[in-house]
Amino acid sequence: MKILVCISNVPDTTTKITFTDNNTQFNTNGVQFILNPYDEIALARAIELTEGGKGTVTVINIGEVSSEATIRKALAIGADDAVRINAKPHDAWFVAKQIANYVNQNPFDLVLTGRESIDYNGSKVAAMLGELLDIPSVSIIKKLDVDGDSATVEREIEGGKEILTIPLPFVAGAAEGVAEPKIPNMRGIMSARTKPLIVVEPVAVITNVEYSHFENPAARGQVKLVSPDESANLIQMLHTEARVI
Amino acid sequence: MAVLIYTENTSGKFKKSTFEAVSYARTIADQSGTTLTAISIGEVPVEELASLSKYGADKILQVANAQLKNFINQAYASVIAEAAQKESADIVVLSNSFSGRGLAPRIAVKLEAGLADGAIALPEISSGQFKVKKVAFSGKAFATVELTSAKKVISLSPNAFQVIEKQAEGKIEEFSPAIKQTDFRAMVKEVIQSTDKVSLPDAEIVVSGGRGLKGPENWGMLEELAGLLGAATACSKPVSDAGWRSHSEHVGQTGIAVSPNLYIAVGISGAIQHLAGVSSSKVIVVINKDPEAPFFKVADYGIVGDAFEVVPKLIAAVKEYKASA
Repeated sequence: MKILVCISNVPDTTTKITFTDNNTQFNTNGVQFILNPYDEIALARAIELTEGGKGTVTVINIGEVSSEATIRKALAIGADDAVRINAKPHDAWFVAKQIANYVNQNPFDLVLTGRESIDYNGSKVAAMLGELLDIPSVSIIKKLDVDGDSATVEREIEGGKEILTIPLPFVAGAAEGVAEPKIPNMRGIMSARTKPLIVVEPVAVITNVEYSHFENPAARGQVKLVSPDESANLIQMLHTEARVI
Repeated sequence: MAVLIYTENTSGKFKKSTFEAVSYARTIADQSGTTLTAISIGEVPVEELASLSKYGADKILQVANAQLKNFINQAYASVIAEAAQKESADIVVLSNSFSGRGLAPRIAVKLEAGLADGAIALPEISSGQFKVKKVAFSGKAFATVELTSAKKVISLSPNAFQVIEKQAEGKIEEFSPAIKQTDFRAMVKEVIQSTDKVSLPDAEIVVSGGRGLKGPENWGMLEELAGLLGAATACSKPVSDAGWRSHSEHVGQTGIAVSPNLYIAVGISGAIQHLAGVSSSKVIVVINKDPEAPFFKVADYGIVGDAFEVVPKLIAAVKEYKASA
């Protein structure tokens, strides 16, 4: 089984998010970039599914040379080889088009993404990719088991879950529950340096979404403290003052 | 031109988030001086379908094909895209629910439309520009995206837009779309729905617990408080990582982002990753023993005190309030 895991290079979860150029660009100054946490889950599951010679795991990233540290991390965790499409990831549509183009030329049995990237949070790539490749897609999965040429997945729905059976190939976005992220061991880190990482030039895409402006959430007013002995008053305040209950 | 709204149902019923999306779509139709067509797929009773007219649906397309009984995003996307063509709709609106996230991108690709996912406000339409505001960086920021394509798809975040009653004709029409068998490769085996619990992404009130609660056995009081308030329960990442609560309750940057009217955080210190997931909440209440807990900096109301003393008092107060109301 050949599995492709799509990975994003995103700001570390502890990053304080600020913007430059009149709030039109994300300020990357001093920001530590990491492998998107959901993609780590997808990668971990892909490795589990192919362990013991049952297949290979390729990771693909759309990014500039600066994302290679993150790609090497994925190789250290256990991916067999990597592809970097040499472009700035303009938006989900651009990214999905690049991956679809690559997959059309190099078919895979299963394509995994994270449920969303923690920077732009669109949850869009998996379903766009499914549509572009004309194969099924499930955007947010909690479990994934493969049996022969078919898989059973559990997806999240409001207030419950749904279990689907899907023939390979398909695209799925991994969320918590699919696998525990793996920590690279020393052998993995050493071998990551020599595993193949090929760089492919992007295809032209007509984009239809432009990020025009960013802002940070407005600061809240000073917290109103209620003494623990008067906890009951809080309920009254939430009713009469804040009007939320 | 027209606006098309996909009205998602759960077991034949529309939820509040669907009516929010209908109201949102109606307002966009009014902004652009056009009509609103709703499309419903699956078995939905006629009275329920007719209720869409109360929120401004001029026309309601009903797709009752038995093959479309279960939600399959690939098949539903084909149906909705075909309806958009038939209605000459250049704006398609849907809820940014779990299903909506699997659906909207496929519709956008089919229609060659730009997609604004998780919109939190009405589009700003001026001098040929169409801009939509959404949450980005997992709640740490907002982004305004411009959709430059002729057709547009917008998925609306729950609790971001108010339900507005506006009676329209709401004529119900049968719609029989073309069925493509290859759209049905994925098959639903089982749907497990817990109906007694409020779903977290839709909840208007959320009661959330952190490590300060010391162990899963102490969640009873939070569940009681949530039950009394009609709230959903949630937790911080360390709690779900420790297996005290299910991952589906984990709120924060790598869990679910919520935007309830009221978020009550008990025993959660407020790591930056957790704050990201709750920053769109309208009112935040923090209960924590530690007066230096960072959560107090973003709270509207706070109690510096022991959860095991404070929560039972809140429960008693809510009971009293409910008895007097």
